[in-house]
Amino acid sequence: MTDTVITAGHDETAAEAAERAIDEKTYGFWIYLMSDAIIFALLFATFVVMSHNTASGPDSHTLFRLPYTFAETILLLASSTTLGCSNAAIAAGQRGRTLTWLGVTSLLGLGFVTMEISEFYGMAVAGAGPSRNGFLSAFFTLVGTHGIHLSIGLIWIVLLGCEVTLRGLNPFVVSRLYRLGLFWHFLVIVWIGIFSVVYLPEIL
Amino acid sequence: MAAPPRLSKMPISPRRRQSTIKGYLVGVVLALVLTAIPFGLVATRALRPIQIFVVIGIAAIAQAVVHLRYFLHLDLKPSSQNKLIALCFAGVVLFILFGGTLWIMFNLNYRKM
Amino acid sequence: MLGKLTIDALPFYSGIAMGGALIVVFAVLGVVALVTWLGQWRYLWTEWLTSLDHKRIGVMYVTLALLMLVRGFIDALMMRTQQAVALNSDGYLPPGHFDQIFTSHATIMVFFVAIPFLVGLFNVVVPQQIGARRLAFPFMNSACLWLTAAGAALVMISLVIGKFSTAGWNAYPPYSEAQFNPDVGVDYWIWAVLLSAIGSMLTGINFLVTIVKRRAPGMRLMMMPLFTWATLCTNILMVFAFPSLIVAAALLGLDRYLGMHFFTDGDGGNVMNYVSLFWIWGHPDVYILILPAFGVYSEVVATFSGRRIFGYESLVYSTAAITVLSLVVWLHHFLTMGAGSDVNAFFGRAAPLIAVPTAVTIFGWLFTMYRGRVQFTVPMLFTLGFIVTFVIGGMTGALLAVVPVDIHDTTFLVAHFHNLLIPGALFGYFAGYQYWFPKAFGFRLEEKWGRRAFWAWIVGFCLAFIPLYILGFMGMPQRLNRYYDPGWQPYLIVAECGALFILCGIIFLAVQLAASIRNRAALAVPTGDPWDGRTLEWATASPPAAYNFAVVPHVHGIDPWWAMKQAGATAPRPARFHDIIMPDNSSAGVVLGAMSFVFAFAMIWQIWWLAAVGALGIFAAVLSQTFRDHAEHRIPASEVEAIESRRILAPALVSGAPT
Repeated sequence: MTDTVITAGHDETAAEAAERAIDEKTYGFWIYLMSDAIIFALLFATFVVMSHNTASGPDSHTLFRLPYTFAETILLLASSTTLGCSNAAIAAGQRGRTLTWLGVTSLLGLGFVTMEISEFYGMAVAGAGPSRNGFLSAFFTLVGTHGIHLSIGLIWIVLLGCEVTLRGLNPFVVSRLYRLGLFWHFLVIVWIGIFSVVYLPEIL
Repeated sequence: MAAPPRLSKMPISPRRRQSTIKGYLVGVVLALVLTAIPFGLVATRALRPIQIFVVIGIAAIAQAVVHLRYFLHLDLKPSSQNKLIALCFAGVVLFILFGGTLWIMFNLNYRKM
Repeated sequence: MLGKLTIDALPFYSGIAMGGALIVVFAVLGVVALVTWLGQWRYLWTEWLTSLDHKRIGVMYVTLALLMLVRGFIDALMMRTQQAVALNSDGYLPPGHFDQIFTSHATIMVFFVAIPFLVGLFNVVVPQQIGARRLAFPFMNSACLWLTAAGAALVMISLVIGKFSTAGWNAYPPYSEAQFNPDVGVDYWIWAVLLSAIGSMLTGINFLVTIVKRRAPGMRLMMMPLFTWATLCTNILMVFAFPSLIVAAALLGLDRYLGMHFFTDGDGGNVMNYVSLFWIWGHPDVYILILPAFGVYSEVVATFSGRRIFGYESLVYSTAAITVLSLVVWLHHFLTMGAGSDVNAFFGRAAPLIAVPTAVTIFGWLFTMYRGRVQFTVPMLFTLGFIVTFVIGGMTGALLAVVPVDIHDTTFLVAHFHNLLIPGALFGYFAGYQYWFPKAFGFRLEEKWGRRAFWAWIVGFCLAFIPLYILGFMGMPQRLNRYYDPGWQPYLIVAECGALFILCGIIFLAVQLAASIRNRAALAVPTGDPWDGRTLEWATASPPAAYNFAVVPHVHGIDPWWAMKQAGATAPRPARFHDIIMPDNSSAGVVLGAMSFVFAFAMIWQIWWLAAVGALGIFAAVLSQTFRDHAEHRIPASEVEAIESRRILAPALVSGAPT
């Protein structure tokens, strides 16, 4: 924590109060992300602990496909970039381009979630559902938690898209878009963890 | 329901004004490289498995740093300091909990066999 | 249509359970009738339930904690009575019922007494101590209160509909798995704990941001009062430890609801992983409960010794050291699980390290009192009672940390953690309650009944738990429903007497409150500073105006209010007042809590349509707040001036506190 000395000689104006509220929300959201990171860390640890507990169930080599995971990864990285483009549009105050890039981002995110659901579905149909053994429980929970987070992110993008349309790019909306960006990029980092800890070692 | 006029004229904070597309492009190129290396290694099995594991780990950490730097705009400036401290503390806790859990549980597994 | 819910869920199986259910039902109906008869629903709704004022929310938190304390204590009394009579007999409680009681006792005391009590104290005190007008996120504060209340309501309704968990407060699998525990008891536990844990985690974020971002101008971190420091550290622990409890409870829920295999006995489950996850949270939680009490003791000792706290910096560093250490040593709660000697050695060595900062803290208080002019007020009595009894708790903890000694899972353990949590946490909360009551309400609590309550509590505590230490050495396991060793019974009867003393303590606290309300005119504190306080919270009126500070003071060192009084300047009075912007009330917090209750209740009984309704309600409540940027009103300068001019300012130096 920076030990800055706040010097306020007078009472804050409405604009100052608003700026302060935005600053606090951003910081609070950041702390929330740290807390969420701990949740993911514990799910990762649980997965690693249970990664050999297949209880004579299907082997992980047969479950995961490298190109599929690679495609999912590319979708997410692309969505990071397009969200960055929307950020640049926000900075330039261009409402239309902001909406366009938000739309592209949500489509890429939707593509990712669809791929994940179809992967899950395929596994469940093949007799490798989450109730099969401890390893699969941990896999579905870790990857599924990420997927649920991302789905919430998608709903959030849609809601903020509506808000940008209705209210324009006022500072509060911009700050919400900024926090959405934090959330999204955070989830992409978690995905890096997932392919590095779950998919690649298991395929190897 | 629009914001009061005074507020909408409030300057967007400098952090966001800097965020040009260029930074994102640098970030995404680095991220792609750091993704391609581990996937490529796993696909080709060019190294021994243990070496590949190490490369995957390093690439993952490097890529996380790239994302923090280029996408989450975390830097070493005083304005980021609060966030950076929270991140470092979270990193330490994460390391303790993740590492500690694995140590405890694998030790236990080893003894049960 | 109603999932697993049938008429059999009502407690027709036992007269005692039926009695408990009827008491709950009639208590709720009685409160509803009383409020209706007094015609106070509107007042209650607008001034309290929907309030975003942190003082009001704090008072509601403490009220919740005190109510649940009564419930938790009744559980304790029932267990003591059972053990006092159950030699070679069944006693009066069947085993399943006894198990429910020890589970709900501990769950209530940890999640719905201790946590709301300490968060309530944070709410009332911390913003005023740092010179803030409000918390960073007032709505989230209200939402967290109602989430916690929803969790408490779940535990209470389990008395009426269905049964509570019998799996102990830590719900260890595989016993808590659906295979062995198909009833809804464990589900009640999971959902009550999840609601409370989410509320606590978000509260942690709220106070963390408030303390980092909303301190008065000039107040550096090393000038913050020690209670604020304790709050900061506690909230850091809340943010980083509660995720682990959320994960543990959620994974257990996945096992139970979706047939997964995280902690099952076969199919690749790993039981010990639950134990580890649980204690990753459980150990820091001990310090989440104790650190705020330490903060209270620091304030109380400094105020009633009339001196600046001795060794402020070392106390701050001790608090920080405890915070970090507590996140590292979770394994010592399951030294007996069979880990290798290297693992046990690391955690067995690291755990006692925490004694060092604790000792530094206690010596800080002792040196503050030494050469101070100590006034033996009720908060001070609780503090002294704590220092004496906590030494025993610390030493017995050292005994438990000795890996080879086989007293784990005996009543020695029960006595040890009650020794930590009653003097170490609850006495601190009581001290804080007595100390800050005039702050919140404008009149002091009566001393005479306060003293009686203190003596009843401390005598009751010693009588109740010293026998359990001895029984632990004699080998009595914890959680025993009946026993066959006649040598144990005398000790258990003494422990029962202790519980009866504590009952007197609770009654005396209630009498004290009633007597104080009746004599509030005589006990009033018109200056707002009854104890000749040192920190900023005493610079505001008692009770404070909604905005706390008409003018946010500048801070130049620790004990700013003391410094202001020394300089002859009392509450700062500016040449002209300014408008103050304060958050509007919001009903979304209550709705959120109510909808979480509906959702959790429906999930417990697997009434899926109702769960969907609850989930939509939660979503709507959150949505209604997310996009509101101007949920604030302006208090005009003229009104601020009118409020401030009604205030009676303290004379430059009030000498001595009234006794």
